[in-house]
Amino acid sequence: MNQDTGIVSYGAYVPRYRITPAEIGNVWGTDGAAMGASLAVKRKSVPAPDEDTITISTEALRTALIRGAIDPQEIGALYVGSESHPYAVKPTATVVAQAVGATPNLTAADFEFACKAGTAAIQTCLGLVGADMIRYGVAIGSDTSQGAPGDALEYSASAGGAAFVIGRERVLAKVRHTLSYTTDTPDFWRREGQHYPSHGGRFTGEPAYFRHVSECARRMMERAGTTPKSYAHVVFHQPNGKFPQRVGKQLGFTDEQMRYGLVTPYIGNTYSGAALIGLANVLDVAEPGQQVLMVGYGSGAGSDAFDFLITDEIAKFDRSYGTPVQEFLDGGIEIPYAVYAKFRGKIRMGGS
Amino acid sequence: MSVARFWRETPRRYNLGGCQCPTCETVYFPPRGVCPVCVKHRQSLGRMEPYQLSGEGEVVSYTIVHDAAEGFEMQVPYTLAIVRTVEGPQLTGAVVDIAPSEVKIGLRVRATFRKLREEGAAGVIHYGYKFAPMDDRHKPPKRPSRSERAMASAGAPVAAASGP
Repeated sequence: MNQDTGIVSYGAYVPRYRITPAEIGNVWGTDGAAMGASLAVKRKSVPAPDEDTITISTEALRTALIRGAIDPQEIGALYVGSESHPYAVKPTATVVAQAVGATPNLTAADFEFACKAGTAAIQTCLGLVGADMIRYGVAIGSDTSQGAPGDALEYSASAGGAAFVIGRERVLAKVRHTLSYTTDTPDFWRREGQHYPSHGGRFTGEPAYFRHVSECARRMMERAGTTPKSYAHVVFHQPNGKFPQRVGKQLGFTDEQMRYGLVTPYIGNTYSGAALIGLANVLDVAEPGQQVLMVGYGSGAGSDAFDFLITDEIAKFDRSYGTPVQEFLDGGIEIPYAVYAKFRGKIRMGGS
Repeated sequence: MSVARFWRETPRRYNLGGCQCPTCETVYFPPRGVCPVCVKHRQSLGRMEPYQLSGEGEVVSYTIVHDAAEGFEMQVPYTLAIVRTVEGPQLTGAVVDIAPSEVKIGLRVRATFRKLREEGAAGVIHYGYKFAPMDDRHKPPKRPSRSERAMASAGAPVAAASGP
């Protein structure tokens, strides 16, 4: 592939509210603290009633555009990957494009591939930029996902997103290689019209997440001629805190390599945003010359892997603008389950 | 509110699209067709230029809403404030990401993008600006003044302005 292309700028956004697994467990009569410990999730983010995938995507992209001093009129493509688009029909991408001043001379669309729609959007932008069809492409992964009340997913499903501007000028993280591993594996799904997703329980583990992520990572390292030791940082999709740490260990990565890429323990599983917020956190601290491996995963199922090389441009890049990811991980206001239920529309109201 | 009416207001609600008098450089939000304060206000007729506010400002007055209008019941108590922008116009908007008890006159804020309301479960969703507390890390980039923009269009170098 064209190795001049890569990430020109980035921004992340996580809503302000948090809830703990212990608080969720109190409501359902289960040991929520133990559930949180087994998932390695300490808290999860909760969107305010006036936040959704569109507002999260817009905030993340506005940060990216200001940091990179990018004229929004130079954006030729904008794709938003999510499984919680506010409209079933009416693109998230058009609202985001309008809200950042990128309209009308661009192509835009919504992507959906469970948790990996954002990484699929990055690949699409790489193609368009590499083919000189556009100057900048924007790929966003963002979600405000929900688990059914009482379901295991409720302990982790959260909200957040990250936006990446892909281009060929002032590239701070070159994409040296990208490849995907895709099969038909029904581990997790949500049928049309259903409010909450369904999943295959333990089936979401070995044949789904672990097989796809580890196969994709191995094939990537084979193609790139690298080993786990080649990378300063590694980011895996993180439906909980446990899966990425286990797959990382299986592949031969250390805790230190996974440290910055692992954000789910502090904000929960932001679905399409999960690996991308992890990548944003890595870029917040990355240094020139470092190699970074990211392997996304989406149920259904597939993995997208990226081999990044951090360039000298990152030293000139304005990382001081906006909220660093670490602050999203540390900050937030904890709310009780009743407020969470109100914010997430789980309470049946009169007249509705 | 009809779909068409809200759609017409999109540039204002999404991007704080106002206008500026070409003579005295006074900024207006919402945009208007003539500059009422300028001594040469007749000259401004039809010549007012689009101007996007940066979204930076400070609270000059506020109230805490406990008895919400229809569609806002989920958010009470919430703060509605009059915000004086750095460009001059004063805007009314909700202040989010801060407890109402912590909002004070003089609080520095920046515009943020939020859901304003929705037309029921099946209707259109309206988005627009609200305000959130601002620190220096979120200070919007400086926009070139009208005279700087004029110099830039004449070929002189000028600091790049970008972002929404």
